[in-house]
Amino acid sequence: MGKRVGIEVSLAVSHAVMLVDVDVIAAYPITPQTHIVEHLSELVADGELDAEFIPVESEHSAMSTSVGASAAGVRTFTATSSQGLALMVEIMYIASSLRLPIVMAVANRALSGPISIWNDHSDMMLSRDTGWIQTVAENGQEAFDLILHAYRVAEDPRVMLPMIVNLDGFTLSHMIEPIEFLSREEVNKYIRPYRAPLRMDPENPITMGPVGMPEVYTEAKKAQDEALKNSKEVIIEAWKEFGDLFGRYYSPVETYRMEDAETAIVIMGSLAETAMTAVDRMREKGKKVGIVRPRLFRPFPAQEIVSALENVNNVAVIDRALALNGMGGPFSFEIRSVLYDSGLHPYIKNYIAGLGGRDVTVENFTEIASDIEKCSREGVKPGYEIINVRE
Amino acid sequence: MTNSTVEAIQGIEKIRASNIPVVEPLSNGHRACQGCGEVLALRLVMKALGHNVIVVSATGCMEIISSPYPQTAWEVPWLHVAFENAAAVASGVEAAYRVMNRKGKINQPDVTILAYGGDGGTADIGLQSLSGALERGHNFLYVCLDNEAYMNTGIQRSSSTPYGAMTTTSPPGKKSIGQMTWKKNVAAIAAAHEIPYVATASPAFHIDLMNKVRKGAAVKGPAYIHIYSPCPTGWRCDPSMSVHVARLVVQTRIFPLYEVVDGHWRLTNKVKRPKPVIEYLKTQRRFRHLTEKEINKIQQRVDKEWEELVKRCEY
Repeated sequence: MGKRVGIEVSLAVSHAVMLVDVDVIAAYPITPQTHIVEHLSELVADGELDAEFIPVESEHSAMSTSVGASAAGVRTFTATSSQGLALMVEIMYIASSLRLPIVMAVANRALSGPISIWNDHSDMMLSRDTGWIQTVAENGQEAFDLILHAYRVAEDPRVMLPMIVNLDGFTLSHMIEPIEFLSREEVNKYIRPYRAPLRMDPENPITMGPVGMPEVYTEAKKAQDEALKNSKEVIIEAWKEFGDLFGRYYSPVETYRMEDAETAIVIMGSLAETAMTAVDRMREKGKKVGIVRPRLFRPFPAQEIVSALENVNNVAVIDRALALNGMGGPFSFEIRSVLYDSGLHPYIKNYIAGLGGRDVTVENFTEIASDIEKCSREGVKPGYEIINVRE
Repeated sequence: MTNSTVEAIQGIEKIRASNIPVVEPLSNGHRACQGCGEVLALRLVMKALGHNVIVVSATGCMEIISSPYPQTAWEVPWLHVAFENAAAVASGVEAAYRVMNRKGKINQPDVTILAYGGDGGTADIGLQSLSGALERGHNFLYVCLDNEAYMNTGIQRSSSTPYGAMTTTSPPGKKSIGQMTWKKNVAAIAAAHEIPYVATASPAFHIDLMNKVRKGAAVKGPAYIHIYSPCPTGWRCDPSMSVHVARLVVQTRIFPLYEVVDGHWRLTNKVKRPKPVIEYLKTQRRFRHLTEKEINKIQQRVDKEWEELVKRCEY
């Protein structure tokens, strides 16, 4: 086991990418992802990582170049944020349909407009239906570990899908945290050399990306949907193996003090740590509040979420993005949807918090808990609320 | 000219009438229109390249006619991703091969990476990714199959549509003569990137075309070949006329054949006795609304561009 090192989380992500001996990195600068790719270019320049670093002319080309490299059969990495992810989306759909195990770190940032370089989850929500597996890191150690996990899962012959590791821009990516690194030898026990089942090779020619006529398009999409759903088993298996090897165990949905909770705060990403502090304080005062934090976002861990919420009366869903459709945040739609199908009918309210870098405090979470309990008690029509709006 | 470029070009196995390759990496049975000059050009490109090649295709006619799943016309590895990114995808393939060879994972150092797109995928929506890939110096060949409009979507104008041409989005009318702009010169844009090899070609001069393809593949670094590709469906001419118009466009000096080797421009067909542009324009109904005045304007422009090209070639 390696020692704990105080390091910026972005650099820890780059270090994980180096440890898996990635072959091609195609990247374009965008705040707050930049430190990840800057450090990778340094590692390549210093000869510590033998890879092709391709400084492309746009994120669209970063994704396209990654697709080309992955189709040729090598391990690839890219990273982006916000507008960069938006520019990639066209090709992200194609990458997943071509079943290419590209791994991408997304330092989550608000979408324009107005332009904002600060953190929220609107970019994650934009890419939610692209067919990529997505995990969400809470802290630096998780960001490091989830990168390794991503390569293990994406390249599994039973999966062969691209994968995103989300980490909150600035509030996580730029933090200096104590991180326990792994050595190359340790990583080699977990990540096997990549052998593409099919690749662009003149000695074994194949056609990739053909026209899908109406006779086959539906079947192609169904097969892709099945592949994404089936990946969950491998995702869980790979986490278990990671835990067995390195002692850190992960699951699709993390719960915190949920044993006897009456109110659950459902939240993704690093803000959950603030929520944990709030829950501890509320618990001291006898309030039965807990946290449910999906670490796996795609495929959506419906079953685990239902299990986590089956005994609560109130569910406060925290969205870090606003869907401009008059119904709240996208994460809440999914939580409502899985609960409806499960037959559970807790009181659900959606809180839109921390858009474009707006601070969300410990007090905000205690207010949310009080608010949902009050709304539930008084039978207020469920809906959504944007918190911390300046009057 | 650098020694390596000259050596690479001199080292190609030259194609003559007596040794035209019999291979067909783009096999027959595809779904192109009758008389398609674009698939003819692409077929010649592939004959010149053979089988040790990876092909990256932009979205367009050549993509749909050759790959309706579960069929494929490709005997070589072929990858289609999207419309505007063939050069970026090829960048990734090329980098992957470079690193796999360097790390000893494979021993295939001589695979040619070909990317192709139509004029829309090259001159318009794909220009940025093409420029990026040329500037970064990837060792690949990009071929633009220029049929002078968006034919796959139904003959809409592109920046490569010639002045005066009728398309479905540049219709002639009381206030328009058809396409109101002059054709974008993408070969010159490619040459401005100071890459080792740029050329223009026409399928009517098939041996010249194939040798240029071999030169483009042989040089170390990016190469760009702009191929004039008649589209009888979109140009409103008889399918039997494709090769005829592909010859006339050169003979009228409308589409000059040249190559640029390490920045040195050279005419590869001097067109000593040029025909008037009207000879070409009258073969296609897309030009039939043009008045004498407009035809004279086109003639003057062609003469001026030729003079400028000759000057460039004199340096």
